[in-house]
Amino acid sequence: MRASHSSTTSLVTDLSLKSRPAPKTQVASTGALGVPVAPVDIEASCVSKTFAGTPIFSDVSFRLVRAEAVALVGANGTGKSTLLRCLMGLLPVSDGRVVLLGQDTGTTSHAALRGLRARIGLVSQKHNLVPRLSVLSNVVHGLLGQRPGLRHWSHRFAPEASRLDAMQALEKVGLADLALRRADRLSGGQSQRVAIARAIVGAPEILIADEPCASLDPAAGEDVMDLFFQLARENGVTVVFTSHHIDHALRYGDRVLGLAEGRLRLDATAASLKPADLRGLYD
Amino acid sequence: MTDATVRTLDDIEVPRRTTKEKGFDALLWGTFLVLLVWSFVPADMHRFGEVFSGGGNMALLLEDFLTPNFRYWRSYLELMLESVQMAVWGSFLSILLGIPFGLLSSTNLAPSWIVFPVRRLMDAFRAINELVFALIFVAAVGLGPLAGVMALTIHTTGTLAKLFSEAVEAIDPRPVEGIRATGASRLQEVVYGVIPQVLPLWISFSLYRFESNVRSATVLGIVGAGGIGMSLSEALRGFDYASGAAILLIILITVSLFDIFSSLLRKVVIDGEEQSSFVAYLGFLVLLIVGIEIIL
Repeated sequence: MRASHSSTTSLVTDLSLKSRPAPKTQVASTGALGVPVAPVDIEASCVSKTFAGTPIFSDVSFRLVRAEAVALVGANGTGKSTLLRCLMGLLPVSDGRVVLLGQDTGTTSHAALRGLRARIGLVSQKHNLVPRLSVLSNVVHGLLGQRPGLRHWSHRFAPEASRLDAMQALEKVGLADLALRRADRLSGGQSQRVAIARAIVGAPEILIADEPCASLDPAAGEDVMDLFFQLARENGVTVVFTSHHIDHALRYGDRVLGLAEGRLRLDATAASLKPADLRGLYD
Repeated sequence: MTDATVRTLDDIEVPRRTTKEKGFDALLWGTFLVLLVWSFVPADMHRFGEVFSGGGNMALLLEDFLTPNFRYWRSYLELMLESVQMAVWGSFLSILLGIPFGLLSSTNLAPSWIVFPVRRLMDAFRAINELVFALIFVAAVGLGPLAGVMALTIHTTGTLAKLFSEAVEAIDPRPVEGIRATGASRLQEVVYGVIPQVLPLWISFSLYRFESNVRSATVLGIVGAGGIGMSLSEALRGFDYASGAAILLIILITVSLFDIFSSLLRKVVIDGEEQSSFVAYLGFLVLLIVGIEIIL
């Protein structure tokens, strides 16, 4: 773990994603005073989610603009992970609507929703890698939405271009040396990095990370957060992440959203907040 | 913390079984006991002592079995190979059919209006013995191995579909969501997220069923559905226990050979062990079969 940590530290200086064409649906517009206004990547309007009659959160509204880094904080069980899944259209909302990259996830077709997901990179809390398959195969899977076809089942059959992209993504997270190792034989930290490589391999416009450093030691956690921060700044990628680390939320987020008691209790710029403001969400 | 809430280790109550739990256990064991009593006489279990009192007859029988007669060994080997060939095709076709039927009868993949009828169809495939299916197919396609292959295929499809679907229902859903999050289609979710998780189990189940099919294929000949079963049946019916013993010995060796083959393949595919032992054994099997074919 230490070895990969140090290698990542040296790599965070060159974390640029592959160049990608400008998004077609999102064009920066100009405001009333002629000042360019960043396009809105995610818009949640009065979103509520209920599981079997139990409300998880309700009436959550916010807008995330291009290249914003947003931290979503809150105590366990407040629905942070559920909200992230709703934003990606992996879970339907019970009420309200989510507009993702200009399209309403509740009314758009399944095919269009898949197209939207292909433009987003997700790093789940439990990494969600396919065990038994190689690290490289798992990263190649990150291209499924963009390059359909059965050849991506394993890195052995994947097209050369896909394998190259996957290796580059692994290099960025410092795990190129473990490309052929089975995913279920990695440490928690290595597994997390593979999940990050899978998320970035398709040059996403939005990166969503659910507690990206939950299974990492403090130093490695800082590296992962540096990674996300660099991506957001250098590639114009919008980053949404959840975290229980108050200092991470304030340091890496441009903006902090706080969930408590099933409501959005906090929506402020990180610069305007103090750690004590966030600790209140956990009381 | 007040004095009223302070508890010592002596105050801790160990959870005990409730009367309801005890009653349920009694009901379960009682039902089991009633089943045994109910089926005692109809299953002739009251005559169980005759197994030992008739030991003399059994010894005579065993005596004949101890001197196997390999006079028709060429015919036996040829028919044994035919049984194995039937098992190969029966297993292959049932795996091909078992995969879609297994996926369609998995509650976490298919809607209930598909799962219910597919499961009932698989129940029917499984509930009817291979011998019965063989009789039906002998009537349909005539005497010979094809009827046996079809019988094995149908019965094994029912079994594999059930085993495959149970493996699918036990998967971890998180990798599937990981695949879905990349923008994958529903089919891709199954191919990339589900199948890699269940593949080792599917291979294990398939190998087990192949072993079973080699065994089953040795008796299908009794109803004229090909293989060594007809010779075995004729030998036993004609009280030619010496020839029967020779046939049973050949069956035993064949089943053991394929059991070892499955076991080695399982170790390579599932446990990720070295391939050298498997490759060496495969070479031995191929040489053995080629040798037999040349002799025959």
